[in-house]
Amino acid sequence: MAEAIAQDLETRLQELTQRLEALESRYEKDMRRIQRHLPENRVAIICFSGNLDKAMAALIIATGAASMGMQVSIFFTFWGLSVIKNGAQLRGKSFMEKLFSIMLPENMRELGPSQMNFGGIGARMMRAIMRKKQVQSLEELFQLARELGVRLVACTMSMDVMGIRAEELLPGMELGGVATYLADASKSKVTLFI
Amino acid sequence: MGEIVVARELDVRGLQCPMPLVNAHRAIKQIAVGEVLKVLATDRGSLLDFKGWAETDDSVELLQQEEYTDEQGRRVYVHYLRRVEP
Repeated sequence: MAEAIAQDLETRLQELTQRLEALESRYEKDMRRIQRHLPENRVAIICFSGNLDKAMAALIIATGAASMGMQVSIFFTFWGLSVIKNGAQLRGKSFMEKLFSIMLPENMRELGPSQMNFGGIGARMMRAIMRKKQVQSLEELFQLARELGVRLVACTMSMDVMGIRAEELLPGMELGGVATYLADASKSKVTLFI
Repeated sequence: MGEIVVARELDVRGLQCPMPLVNAHRAIKQIAVGEVLKVLATDRGSLLDFKGWAETDDSVELLQQEEYTDEQGRRVYVHYLRRVEP
């Protein structure tokens, strides 16, 4: 009699142990999955514009966020590629590609503001005023972003459209596309299109 | 690591973002869970893109990436993706 009860208890204990183990492993798997998709302390910025003021906005947010301990990435696409250009080459390019190279800024020093450029005078005035008010220059902010470990990605599709070669970009740029940005953005609490 | 058994090969050479991704997404839905899709792309950005896809999508695992120069002199980026149970 007592033996039968002990036997029964043993069986039920084994059964419970197995169920507990199954639940634990499912819980762990679910938790891993949830944690993988939870937003992290990150910011993902798209810099679409090739303007002095908008590039500054992107870099001020990027450097600010990085200083707050956030992990930051900036995805440069279309006109925004002008921000990370390091000169322009014409050799080996098609007519349209040459046109883009000639018409667009060669580097961030040549960017004009989105309003009141007046053939370049606006950019100089804006820079002068900002310097006077002790606002960091675009170049300083960019350098700062690098030092703070901001991830900088260039869009390969728009590079190809505009005939921008990887060698024409500043060193240290990563090359990516829409999924590169989205993988960053889906882990971010803040994402901006500038 | 042993040789990867490829169930399907997808050639998206010459295509621009987002098409390598879109076509690969369609192709991987047509193979069984556990099988491997091999993708040939010329977009340099596909290296980070496919990494990002696998990071974000629970039903895709990126096994390996390699590159070579094809007969037309184009740089080709090869991605091996396994369809997994999400």
